[in-house]
Amino acid sequence: MYTRSYRAAVTLPPVLWVSLFLLLAYVLLLMYSFWSVHSGLIVHAWSLDSYRRLIGNPEYLGVLLRSMRIAAFVTLAALVLGYPLAYYLSFYSRHKRLLYQIVIVPLWVSYLVRAYAWKTILGTDGVLNTLLQSLHLTSRPVSALLYSPWAVWVTLTHIYTPFAFLPIYAALEHIPRSLVEASQDLGASTRQTFWRVIVPLSAPGIVAGATFAFVLSLGDFLAPLLVGGPNGIMISNIVVSLFGAAYDWPMGAAISVGMLLLVLALLIATERLEKKWAYV
Amino acid sequence: MGVRMKGTAPTRSPVLALHSALVFAFLYLPIVVLMAYSLNGIGVGSFPPRNLTFDWYRLLLRDGAIWDSVWNSAKVALAAVLLSLLLGVPAALAFDRAKIPGIGIFRRLVLLPLILPGIITGLSLLMLFVAAGMKLSLLTVALGHGTALIAVATTEVYAGVVKLDRRQEEASLDLGANDWQTFWRIALPNLKLSIIGAALLVFTLSMDEIAVSFFLVGRENTLPLEIWSRLRRGMTPEINAISTVIFIFSLVTIVVWYRLRMRGETALESAL
Amino acid sequence: MTGTTQPALLSIRSVRKSFGEHEVLRDISLEIKAGEFITILGESGSGKTTLLRLIAGFEQSDMGEIWLAGERIDTVPPYRRRVNTVFQQYALFPHLSVLENIMYGLRADGVAAGDARERAGQALALVKMEGRAQASPSRLSGGQQQRVALARALVKRPLVLLLDEPLSALDANLRQQMRLELKSLQRETGISFVFVTHDQEEAMALSDRIALLRAGTPEQVATPEEIYNRPATAYTARFIGQTNLLSGSVSTGQARVGPWQWPCSATDGPASFSLRPEHLRIAGSARDGAIRFAARVSDQAFQGAVRIVALETPDGQQLTARLAASVDCNRTHEFEFDPRDVVVLPPEETD
Repeated sequence: MYTRSYRAAVTLPPVLWVSLFLLLAYVLLLMYSFWSVHSGLIVHAWSLDSYRRLIGNPEYLGVLLRSMRIAAFVTLAALVLGYPLAYYLSFYSRHKRLLYQIVIVPLWVSYLVRAYAWKTILGTDGVLNTLLQSLHLTSRPVSALLYSPWAVWVTLTHIYTPFAFLPIYAALEHIPRSLVEASQDLGASTRQTFWRVIVPLSAPGIVAGATFAFVLSLGDFLAPLLVGGPNGIMISNIVVSLFGAAYDWPMGAAISVGMLLLVLALLIATERLEKKWAYV
Repeated sequence: MGVRMKGTAPTRSPVLALHSALVFAFLYLPIVVLMAYSLNGIGVGSFPPRNLTFDWYRLLLRDGAIWDSVWNSAKVALAAVLLSLLLGVPAALAFDRAKIPGIGIFRRLVLLPLILPGIITGLSLLMLFVAAGMKLSLLTVALGHGTALIAVATTEVYAGVVKLDRRQEEASLDLGANDWQTFWRIALPNLKLSIIGAALLVFTLSMDEIAVSFFLVGRENTLPLEIWSRLRRGMTPEINAISTVIFIFSLVTIVVWYRLRMRGETALESAL
Repeated sequence: MTGTTQPALLSIRSVRKSFGEHEVLRDISLEIKAGEFITILGESGSGKTTLLRLIAGFEQSDMGEIWLAGERIDTVPPYRRRVNTVFQQYALFPHLSVLENIMYGLRADGVAAGDARERAGQALALVKMEGRAQASPSRLSGGQQQRVALARALVKRPLVLLLDEPLSALDANLRQQMRLELKSLQRETGISFVFVTHDQEEAMALSDRIALLRAGTPEQVATPEEIYNRPATAYTARFIGQTNLLSGSVSTGQARVGPWQWPCSATDGPASFSLRPEHLRIAGSARDGAIRFAARVSDQAFQGAVRIVALETPDGQQLTARLAASVDCNRTHEFEFDPRDVVVLPPEETD
């Protein structure tokens, strides 16, 4: 039905632009990672110098590991918070549309605002400390609440739980209710139905939600800067400093390429999983 | 046909309801705290807030730098909307209709900025502009936002494209209109809701964008970066006030966007 | 067949159900016997699916009770009722194989995996689907999916099997075949089948009894023969099979319809009369009591073994007849019917 010229007209402009501004940009990133820096200047000569230094640098690797650990915990927390919420909204709630809106609103409300809010909550004068003291659980403000990996974890969980919620909710909504009825008809209780029918059929949503939460947390640089303190630095912060004060663009590019590969590998793996488990 | 029957009536689960209430509380706690602090007479610190006052809002109103940055952000956001739509609408159509080999790869490329950490996209664009010899400014920020947000625009519009009734377009062609006329008069009006939804979303995301802007900004700051630089310097209670304002603004925008979307869907249901 | 002295297995007592303002079932009572094949027949909106869902446990009635084998079940959740359903869209679990689907209910009851597998295998053989045990439901045709759905329900040996329009998604030939299989399955297993459909032909072919539902209450509950030959109301006469519904009256022992009259023992007053098309014939040699009349043939439709012929009498009465031989169109012929074939009914309500 669509003529050649039609298809060319809709395909060419975006492809051209994206090739120029996106593909080329990412290629440049790749190229930079193969360059190196000598006495404050970037040397445009091919070398694996940056990668070698990256792999050999225990500090960087330590931060990378910490970042992955934090990201993993964020993912876990987001699923623990998000899945039951999505299940409740989809199968129990009489006002699911309204509640759905209430869940997604925070998603679009300035990341900076929300991360900053945690700074005030977790501070020595903040809400949490005040609460703990008034409940007589502590006698003095706990300074470790803020400026720690723990604070980063809490903040990132807060930010990314709605991201995990969305695909899970979509998957749950997609499950035909007749399957739930059939399960109960055949003698499975609500709990049995949940584990044997609902969870397996919502698996693609869980995978997608977990992927979002993990990948986005891993690459986050704001929350660590706001609430992380020196111990809460994550891998993106290192990249940022390498493009700023530490001036080593090739190294920054190398780490970025590393992150990119990691994320791409994860995406490919999870996409396969999602396809495999897509029953409905 | 008769009354549309509801499915199995939901039974009660107090445990799940409680869990959900707690999650909602967790999601909204920081925002509530911020709003409370913005009215706090003693400034940041000490909870619950005392001496309720609008002083911080008054201070905010007189803060020229903040309003400059708001204006900058708005300019950038509008440009981003324009750019992402100009490219996103054709892209959405292409995904639906141009079954060319390689369209799958192109699709993944377009969606990459969405899933990759923002700084990677920001860095890459920085390198591109440096290589092209461009000076960093609001223009580079706008180009960056527009490019990164093509993905968002495309996804939103695509949802509308798949719902288009091809038979209407076939009828148009059959009656003698060419491809362009058919697109302009038949497809586009039906995509109105999706496009507006996409515009709202891109605008909101652009206004709040930090990761990409961080690397592409020149002398003039966008709003988030202005707030950010102040945060680095120390807490000023105005921040709570501006945060509250941003929250309310985003809230209104998103509710409007959601209502638009629902209206589009129910209109479709009643039309079928 | 089923004797009338058998106690009811499933007893629906004065059940009411509304959805918002809309009352779908009004004070409906029905008794279903052990081992019988009963069809709940009705148009869309008559409440038949709702009734089924109430028995299965997916809806709660506003009033009334449902009893099964001497115990009240309407207060019990679906997974504790000895009732199983074959869903209209089959509702097979897509993430489980055919065999796992059939085993599902047994496993839910805590039956050991080995036993469950064996029984599931038997059920599979019962519906003639051996060899497809490992298949994924999404790869099966509609008819095959339906058999699996049947096996899945039957393997649990329920007291009552509910079937929600199971044949409506199949094409005509497959439907005929499945009808026969369903009937023999019911005979073989001896389980009471409660079958919901809007197709009256199907109902008559399959059932021991038919419960015709109209706007939420039973219009008539009887065997297919009874419901066909002795419909209780004009609605029933129209719904089941085809009929000519004539309006007239009864007075002083005579039925009067237009120019015709014949002896009738019904009470005086206005009445409707049902005359099935097959009871109209071309007039032959004069017979005692037969009503003869002349009518013009206005149309005829070839149906293979018979022809459906539209007649028009001089005073404008439109009739339909089923004739074996063809008649010339637009010509007037002599027709006749035996008044003993006419069923007297209460006058038709005009809505």
